[in-house]
Amino acid sequence: MESENSNDSIIKVENLVKVYKVGEIEIPAIRGVSLEVTRGEFVAIMGASGSGKSTFMNILGCLDVPTLGSYALEGTQISKLTRDQLAKIRNNKIGFVFQGFNLLSRTTAIENVELPLYYKRIGTKLRRELAMQALESVGLKDRAHHTPNQLSGGQQQRVAIARALATQPSLILADEPTGNLDSRTSVEIMEIFQKLNDNNITIVLVTHEKDIAEFAKRNVFFKDGRINLDMQVNPRKNANLVLESMPVNIEEEVV
Amino acid sequence: MNILNVIKVAILSLGRNKMRSFLTMLGIIIGVAAVIAMLAVGQGAKSAIQTQIQSLGTNMIIVFPSAVSQGGVSTGAGTSIKLTPEDAAAIANECPSVEYVSPVIHTSAQTIYKNMNWRTEIQAGNTNYFQIRNWTLQSGNFFNENDIKSDANVCLLGQTVVQNLFGTSVNPVGQLIRINNLPFKVIGVLNAKGQTAMGNDQDDIIIAPFTTVQTKMLGWTWVNVILASAQSSAAINDAEQQITEVLRSRHHLQTWEPNDFTVRTQTDIATAAESTSRVLTILLASIASVSLIVGGIGIMNIMLVSVTERTREIGIRMSIGARGKDILYQFLIEAIMLSLLGGLIGVLLGITASDLISSIAKWTTLISPESIILSFGFSGAVGVFFGFYPARKAAMLNPIDALRYE
Repeated sequence: MESENSNDSIIKVENLVKVYKVGEIEIPAIRGVSLEVTRGEFVAIMGASGSGKSTFMNILGCLDVPTLGSYALEGTQISKLTRDQLAKIRNNKIGFVFQGFNLLSRTTAIENVELPLYYKRIGTKLRRELAMQALESVGLKDRAHHTPNQLSGGQQQRVAIARALATQPSLILADEPTGNLDSRTSVEIMEIFQKLNDNNITIVLVTHEKDIAEFAKRNVFFKDGRINLDMQVNPRKNANLVLESMPVNIEEEVV
Repeated sequence: MNILNVIKVAILSLGRNKMRSFLTMLGIIIGVAAVIAMLAVGQGAKSAIQTQIQSLGTNMIIVFPSAVSQGGVSTGAGTSIKLTPEDAAAIANECPSVEYVSPVIHTSAQTIYKNMNWRTEIQAGNTNYFQIRNWTLQSGNFFNENDIKSDANVCLLGQTVVQNLFGTSVNPVGQLIRINNLPFKVIGVLNAKGQTAMGNDQDDIIIAPFTTVQTKMLGWTWVNVILASAQSSAAINDAEQQITEVLRSRHHLQTWEPNDFTVRTQTDIATAAESTSRVLTILLASIASVSLIVGGIGIMNIMLVSVTERTREIGIRMSIGARGKDILYQFLIEAIMLSLLGGLIGVLLGITASDLISSIAKWTTLISPESIILSFGFSGAVGVFFGFYPARKAAMLNPIDALRYE
């Protein structure tokens, strides 16, 4: 999967440093990280809490800016961009999936999925069409008009994935996407990610669970703000096969 | 970005906190209603004053004598040249823009009818006096040219005099009354005019031929003032000028000498009164606008609360690509919706309030379209002004801080 062709580089991070300032005290969260991710990769970033992996994720997602070092997303240097340009990149190139789902409450699934398309200035009709396609790809077409509190955790996370997919980004970033889910539902979510990755969508996810990381193709380990291990996963787990061996989650189907 | 969509989102989010939205709007509602009601009262007062000034007479011009000063020394009222009935006749003959002229003498006198007596004002003029002052008859007749020529002892009574001398049971027309011990025959009763803007009772009056009062009562050769009326309101200035010229030549004034008389038109009086009522209107409206501004502060307060409450929502929106501008518009439109909706309800309440004021307090109120547009527009401006700061605060949030906000 590694490619020397620079056109296929999605993420290229060099000597990245992030320091948080709390009053007079400076707390280094990332102390010099270099990493390259190419198109079609499925990377799981692992590490204990406080290892800097979430901070790294936020910088990758253009939600936060590094203190030092460079970050290029599909060849674009992020550190030189304005707030609005960053917003545009988040909208067009990145799909976010969070641990806590982060759906707008009292807003239906389809409206949540439409939101990034709305900020992309896409007209009402096409917007609904694209959002429906995205919901269909996560198997939730029939729940389009339910609000988040009428959906189970797994379903809410699938809506969030559909929202991330809506603008057809080149990169999906997932921050502990299975953290709030039971084990079978977690595997179901990983199944979706594997399916998306098979369609050549690059995925970077943060997790602290080894089980989950084994569904990815490459694992990167963070410790004290540095990468201390970067390896290909072998053998890689197939979520489809894992699911067959697991008991069916009855509650999930009732909702 | 579709503006209709933004408005829809704003209405939905306001609808989620109905009570809060309503209470926030209440400030604007009261403010707009107060502005409209106060402007209605002010403008009503203005139109009432205009009506009263109109009741003084139509296109009226008043000429009265003033003391002359020569070489800086005022010669005093006693030495000044008086206006005479001949001056009035000259104005009538020589001024084309003047329609009616009447010499006027006024004096106060004790009047007696049987066992009743009443002190009142005598206004003495010629036959034109009634047209100039807009007097109309309730019963009887005006006096005519013959009465003027023959110094006839006839008079017409105002409503207040009728009530005080005759009560309601006797028809005064044809009765004899005594004015300063001279017998006068009542030949007519005048319709009521009401009070002047200054509070004088215009109906406490007796009108008699000026010749009679001049010769039989006072023994004067002059008159107090000369009343005239212009052909039209447009001719008032011309008439004023012509009267000045005629009187200057009749009084043999050299070009360097100042006028020994003063000409005052009804327009002058109206202008003075209007400026008074304008001050009143501005005062009332500015007090009312204060409540509109207080309402705006209420909106700002609630929008700040709303931004804080929805920090996480803002973070989510930003993480999926909302720009600062998108967030700014979302909150700004919400604030404007609050204030415009409040403004709309306020307009309706303001109209109701001014109706109530006019029916309960019996004041004339006048709602002009301008006052509605003004206050409604002002409420919108309040929304923009006080909504901008919270909206900007939301738009300037750091996405990651907003997302992490608990």
